[in-house]
Amino acid sequence: MAITRIIGGKIYDPTNGINGIVRDIWMENGKIIAPPVDPDSVIEKVIDATGRIIMAGGVDMHCHIAGPKVNLARKMRPEDKRNARHILKTPLTRSGTVGSVPSTFATGYLYAGMGYTTAFDAAVPPLGARHAHEEFQDTPILDKGFFLLMGNNHYALQQIAAKEPEKLKHFASWLLDSAKGYAIKLVNPGGVEVWKSGGANIHEIDEDIGHFNCTPRQIIQGLTQTAMDIGLPHPVHIHCNNLGLPGNWHTTMATMDALEGRNAHLTHIQFHSYGGEPDDQSKFCSKTIELANFVNSHPEITVDVGQVLFGETTSLTGDGPLGYYLHKVTGRKWTNADTEMEAGCGIVPITYKEKSFVHALQWAIGLEWYLLVKDPWQISMSTDHPNGGSFLAYPEIIQLLMDRNYRNEILQRIHPRVLERTSLKDIPREYTLEEIAIITRAGPARTLGLINKGHLGIGADADVTIYNESPNILAMFELPFFVIKSGKVVVDKGEIRLQVPGNTLYVSPSYDHGFVPGIRKWFESFYTIQFENYAVEDKYLSGDGTLVPCVKK
Amino acid sequence: MENKHEELFILIAGRSSRQGTSMNESKFSKDYLEEIGTVQVPPEDMIRLGLVSGDLVCVRSDFGSIKIPCIAAKEKELPSGLLFIAYGDWSSRLMGSDTHGTGMPNSKGTDVYLSKVGSLET
Amino acid sequence: MQNELKVVSNATCTYCGCVCDDIELTVENNHITKAKNACVLGKAWFLNHSAGEGPVARIRGKEATVEEAVEEAARILLEAKFPIVYGLSDTTCEAQRVAVAIADWVGASIDTTTSVCHGPSGMAFQGVGEITCSLGEVKNRADLVIFWGSNPAESHPRHWGRYSTMPKGLFIPNGRKDRTVVLVDVRRTKSAPAADIFLQIKPRKDFEVLWILRALVKGIPIAESDLADTGVSLEQLLPLVEKMKSCKFGVLFFGMGLSMTRGKHLNVEAALALARDLNEFTRFYANPMRGHGNVTGADNVVSWQTGYPFGVNLGRGYPRFNPGEFTTTDTLARKEADAAMIIASDPMGNFSQAAREHLATIPFIALDTKETSTTRAATVAFTTATYGINVPGTVYRMDDVPIPLRPAFESPFPSDEKILRALEKKILQMQKQKLEASN
Repeated sequence: MAITRIIGGKIYDPTNGINGIVRDIWMENGKIIAPPVDPDSVIEKVIDATGRIIMAGGVDMHCHIAGPKVNLARKMRPEDKRNARHILKTPLTRSGTVGSVPSTFATGYLYAGMGYTTAFDAAVPPLGARHAHEEFQDTPILDKGFFLLMGNNHYALQQIAAKEPEKLKHFASWLLDSAKGYAIKLVNPGGVEVWKSGGANIHEIDEDIGHFNCTPRQIIQGLTQTAMDIGLPHPVHIHCNNLGLPGNWHTTMATMDALEGRNAHLTHIQFHSYGGEPDDQSKFCSKTIELANFVNSHPEITVDVGQVLFGETTSLTGDGPLGYYLHKVTGRKWTNADTEMEAGCGIVPITYKEKSFVHALQWAIGLEWYLLVKDPWQISMSTDHPNGGSFLAYPEIIQLLMDRNYRNEILQRIHPRVLERTSLKDIPREYTLEEIAIITRAGPARTLGLINKGHLGIGADADVTIYNESPNILAMFELPFFVIKSGKVVVDKGEIRLQVPGNTLYVSPSYDHGFVPGIRKWFESFYTIQFENYAVEDKYLSGDGTLVPCVKK
Repeated sequence: MENKHEELFILIAGRSSRQGTSMNESKFSKDYLEEIGTVQVPPEDMIRLGLVSGDLVCVRSDFGSIKIPCIAAKEKELPSGLLFIAYGDWSSRLMGSDTHGTGMPNSKGTDVYLSKVGSLET
Repeated sequence: MQNELKVVSNATCTYCGCVCDDIELTVENNHITKAKNACVLGKAWFLNHSAGEGPVARIRGKEATVEEAVEEAARILLEAKFPIVYGLSDTTCEAQRVAVAIADWVGASIDTTTSVCHGPSGMAFQGVGEITCSLGEVKNRADLVIFWGSNPAESHPRHWGRYSTMPKGLFIPNGRKDRTVVLVDVRRTKSAPAADIFLQIKPRKDFEVLWILRALVKGIPIAESDLADTGVSLEQLLPLVEKMKSCKFGVLFFGMGLSMTRGKHLNVEAALALARDLNEFTRFYANPMRGHGNVTGADNVVSWQTGYPFGVNLGRGYPRFNPGEFTTTDTLARKEADAAMIIASDPMGNFSQAAREHLATIPFIALDTKETSTTRAATVAFTTATYGINVPGTVYRMDDVPIPLRPAFESPFPSDEKILRALEKKILQMQKQKLEASN
């Protein structure tokens, strides 16, 4: 078969210990291969990357790009798109809109244009899985998957309360298999159910959640163990209780403690790192140091940041009561969408301002996280798109991490009290290109358990990003020279050259079918669709679909 | 001979079971055409206007006018002064095209004038 | 003749927005003879469908091959300066996605029947947001259910039984007995006898009454005189407000009675804001009673592909949204459209006179499963197979839940998706040829 060779590029492939070495890359059939020994091998294409930097395609491990709540956010905010960038159609590509929640085709093109080739939607309710898959089919180029909401799932809560870990395990497996999801997601575990039942929210992980007779701690422990027992490629993915509230660092610390050494991923950790008191804004401060110290001494925990950037965006979360809270605080329009037996959602437009003490502190806390976690393999870049900001801001974050002068320039501009409430000005650390490669591709791929992504070793998927080396970090990362997906050039200096569908990445954990009648009985009592119409068929997969194996340890 | 005495009513166009079921047979079926081609009038207004079910009436709005048979509404369903026609070709003729910037013209609560045209017996 | 009998379980009815997926169809000789669990509308939908007759394609009334008709259709759309694509509610999401693609390639306006149904509700949602829930939440939690400007007995017959008033739920163990059902309408419809409380308001007073309710919820004093001419009194409203504030889970289902009468999106905005305000006290929701089976799917598809739900124009090469400017009633009534493609909809039967008159003068393509005034007047007409009965695919229920279709028997006619894909292919081919010729 035909081979493509990339010559002369300086490679950053931290997974394989390659740090700025000029070396060839060989690709065939969508994979990275060893240099061919057969002298008669046909080399179809040679890409000259001399003077350029090469990394594996970017991997975004936490964003909101497809499914019911993302689409509600699109519908809700025409004003967000009217004066934003337009994506014009070309003979090869579809048109689209951007703003803070881009349309599906635009999402694929923009990510690819920026050198990303894999992305995961962070929160889909099983009842809406079919919708997420349909949108994925209209999100080109990217390989993609989603995390499945379980932390407020009634059946799961019942098994946790009844101390039935076996039933829980088989249910979670059946659910992931039915929805063709990728990982177990907890969003404000128990808290969304409390809200739907007429309560306010949950603030402590040992609070009883009422009808279901269990606590967030039990949900966290139960499903964390379940993810491990099933052997999922990615550990449980946790959006802690109490997001956004001053003083919530206690909840985060308690959550991490509750893990008792188990593998887990805590997401958009910036939003969960606040000291102070809910009723006194002036006491709001950063507790990143304490929390990062914990992460630094617990290699089994990984985090992604959820960086806030200044400007207009949309908060879009499975955390229903958080939506209400943001609506009360900002006064802006609010959408809530609850899904029977499973989940909730809240959507509120939000503008982060440099001159706002709270917003500026949030911005600083995000950066503190990147700079205080010692091992870059434990921390992934994210903005929790679009909650903290758009994924299009990733190049700016890279600049903030690699250039402390730029960082400090902004520090001088924002609300002055932030200087005293965070340690940011005292952190001289600047990220190297190798570390950037870790937090934007190698690390997320490893955390997700994607052994063929995030690196350029033999057998890896041939997803390659070629950057123009430049002292202008922003320009370098905003506009790669070439982006290659499955061995084919898909983007050439920002222009889409080939529209490929990308593959859905999903798991299909095995489970004991003997448990299904019990699940079915519960389902048929409470749901409003037929049990047979719940599972998602293969035809909804994007591209060929890639089944990622579970490995029981 | 047309009776030129017109009275102001408010017209509600809406769905009905029969409109829904007959539509599935065909939009040209007798049942469908009958259902969308009849105006329901409150019984007390029928009496006052000297109408019996089956009489042809003229219903006129600012946008168009139609002549269709009338029928007495079921007891208490329509308050005096309200007319009902199941959605379709006829009700659409009374609807304006101005959508007031929404894409949807007002199709419920339209001011219309009702007058008797003739009785089917004469 | 072979007497083939088969039973299709868990089939989905797409007649109304309830999208019931528990229908059991008995099929004999390509005819559905039984539709167990279906309501009267669903039964009519299923039982009246037959395999169809006549040619697949017609040009100006005369039979043509599909290839000829597709080519003529492509030509009509490509030669137009302001083509419009409309309809889409009675077809699968798979077909809807291709329709939007075609609109993109030719730079058309894309609009769905939402614009003449709950379009105003969509606009209201863009103004204030909305507090919604899936129908199973209503089944399991709702102890107060209000219907405003909706007549479910005739428009959504199984809504009450399957979702909103009758079913026993997790927190509603006694079903109907645990619920209070309120109906607000200008007519005492067939839905009224089933309600515990019926409020007959005067036509065109919904806006006023909703705002008064908002005021009462917030404790703002209201005089009886404020309610003059509305048809309701403080004596009726005050207890209702108490119930709304003290219920455990309330839901307001609203229909065309709000979106099609004076005020339109302002009425819906008031209802959505009322539901939102009540969340200060309890969980309260406002859900639209969506009509045709897959109009919700059309909204979702147009939104994810363009960013906007309806009334979208792609003429400048990117999506622009403006109800009133790009919505179909307007582009037809103002004589702006010079060509159209109407899919699974009958504007010739339902639109205003001015819109219909103009549509009759422009070349247009129609896709439908049955003969309608629209297909009769079309320049190019395709007879297609029926979604849910002959054609598989995805549809969305009124509460945004996606549901698969289970077809009962095959049709000799192609699906909408198949015709639209052929049309898309032809358009791209013709565009490519034109581009190559000019280089």
